Amino acid sequence: MGSAPPASLPYAGPTRLSSGCPAAAGWLGGLALLLPLAMFAALLYGRYPVAWGDLADFMATALGWGDMPAGRYDLVKSLVWEIRLPRVLAAVLIGAALAASGAAYQAVFANPLVSPGILGVLSGASFGAALAMVLATSWTLVQLGAVAGGLAAVAVGIGIARMFGSRAVVMLVLGGIFSGALFSGLLALVKYLADPYQQLPAIVYWLMGSLGQADLADLARYAPFILSGVAGLALLGRALDALAAGDDEAASLGVPVAAVRAAVIVCATVASALTVALAGMIGWIGLLAPHIARLLVGPLNRYLIPASALLGGIFLLAADLLARSLADTELPIGVVTELVGLPVFLLVLRNVRKGWAT
Amino acid sequence: MDSLMDVELPRLRPARAARPAMATGSGVLLAAADLHFAYGAGRPVLAGVSLAVRAGEVVALLGANGGGKSTLLKLLVGLLEPAHGSVHLGGRPLAGWSRRDIARRVAYIPQTQAMPFPYRVRDLVALGRIARRGLFDRLNRDDHAVVDASLRRLGIAGLAERPYTELSGGQRQLCLIARALAQEAPLIVMDEPATGLDYGNQWRLLALVRELAAEGRAFVQTTHHPEHALGGASRAVLLHGGRVIEDGPPNDVVTPEQVRRLYGLDVTRHRVGDGAMVLVPEGGHG
Repeated sequence: MGSAPPASLPYAGPTRLSSGCPAAAGWLGGLALLLPLAMFAALLYGRYPVAWGDLADFMATALGWGDMPAGRYDLVKSLVWEIRLPRVLAAVLIGAALAASGAAYQAVFANPLVSPGILGVLSGASFGAALAMVLATSWTLVQLGAVAGGLAAVAVGIGIARMFGSRAVVMLVLGGIFSGALFSGLLALVKYLADPYQQLPAIVYWLMGSLGQADLADLARYAPFILSGVAGLALLGRALDALAAGDDEAASLGVPVAAVRAAVIVCATVASALTVALAGMIGWIGLLAPHIARLLVGPLNRYLIPASALLGGIFLLAADLLARSLADTELPIGVVTELVGLPVFLLVLRNVRKGWAT
Repeated sequence: MDSLMDVELPRLRPARAARPAMATGSGVLLAAADLHFAYGAGRPVLAGVSLAVRAGEVVALLGANGGGKSTLLKLLVGLLEPAHGSVHLGGRPLAGWSRRDIARRVAYIPQTQAMPFPYRVRDLVALGRIARRGLFDRLNRDDHAVVDASLRRLGIAGLAERPYTELSGGQRQLCLIARALAQEAPLIVMDEPATGLDYGNQWRLLALVRELAAEGRAFVQTTHHPEHALGGASRAVLLHGGRVIEDGPPNDVVTPEQVRRLYGLDVTRHRVGDGAMVLVPEGGHG
């Protein structure tokens, strides 16, 4: 420890005027390019591959510029437009919502180990949706039930935290664990009461996660809410940066902590509960994507939230491609994200652990 | 790296250097009157504390563990609400200010800083601009100039691109002070800034604080070391039993009697060559 400046410092002289992080902006741009490429690939590949040329012909004919034989046109239309496009859009929407929510929860709780599951959101949403499946047959009610359940689970978690008071952030996480356990128990009760021949298998299969059940109409109904939630989280980036330092520090920096926390929780909870309504419980993306994104673009949330969203979409597209091409029958997407996500998470842990130790 | 030695810090000067700064500051930045506070239904932590802070002052807050020092700081910056009494900022009660209004007038550096994510030093310091720019507007050239100037003022421009989580305790403390400067608040409140720093860095930090105060800012800082009050502050406030038992120039109030009262320890006080006072624990040298 001499008195001379270490030679390893990247900037030893006068500081430069910098408005952001060029590397972060570059990675963000790269991910923004990668996502549409991944979407095109997901439209083409699967158990029945479609050639680039066929897709181009189909699009030209659909726009009235081309001339594709009717039989071939109908086949490609059914494969690409009716079967794969809803899945692809669902994968992007759901992956983005879970990953952006995960990044936001991690900042708002100043805790790198939380995810949309931590407030019990996914359990609450599952219970609400399963209850609606037993009591009614309408998918709209199932979707509303999931949102109501997710919000109820957050309310329970926050209520538990309020009961005990002083260390609000830690208590909120514990409250979320309590809430998750409560709603998992209630979900088991619903399963027990469900008709074992019709309803129970439907609930179990849906909870394992499948991108196949959402159609374009569902997506159009839910996309505005999910995308607004993600955009809201990205807009709150600077407040999230301050909150990551802790409540007292954020408040002393001029952040209205309670209001920002409420806004973040509502945005993240609505977005992630709606993913359960669309495709069941899909694990790991909400924890994994923010960590990989943080390694790429750094911790500033105005980069991290969009980067996590893009990465979550890409990751879920890839997982879905695996789910529908690995075996003769489609594997549940939730199973694939967990089996692929766990080893990737171990690799990520190696890299990020250093930062957590301090 | 456990040293601040890679950054330029002013050389330690005798405590008297801080005195003229106090004389130049006349305006009261913050005034607390008759503060009472208890956590829940527990024993009162503060029972009638009054304190005024003027520009240019370095106020050292002394008291035993659990004596209410940190609680008082949180009351001063509005992170806690007093059960009774009031804090006035620029002549107006704190309760009437928004968090951002408060942040423009008082910066706060807490005792423990557990940042879990590897923010660059520059980005961490730029959070100080929330007080000026708000949560949504992009930082402009002026904001970045203030951030750069704050980094340079503390001699940590060379650390600007480094992750905060990889810095030593002393370097982190400098970052947080730089963030407070970027906040451009006339008053900076610090909870035990010297805790966790080695002996040399403790004194370099205190000297830096005196320099920054001489430029017109005021500091209120808690400390466990009476020597830090004697050698690093223009004023010492002694907190005991939830009340202020002494408030005045450190050489007048940090006496062996008061040290015994606060800490239950017998010390002797000696004047050394250049007029500075030192404390020596009884029996600690024989």
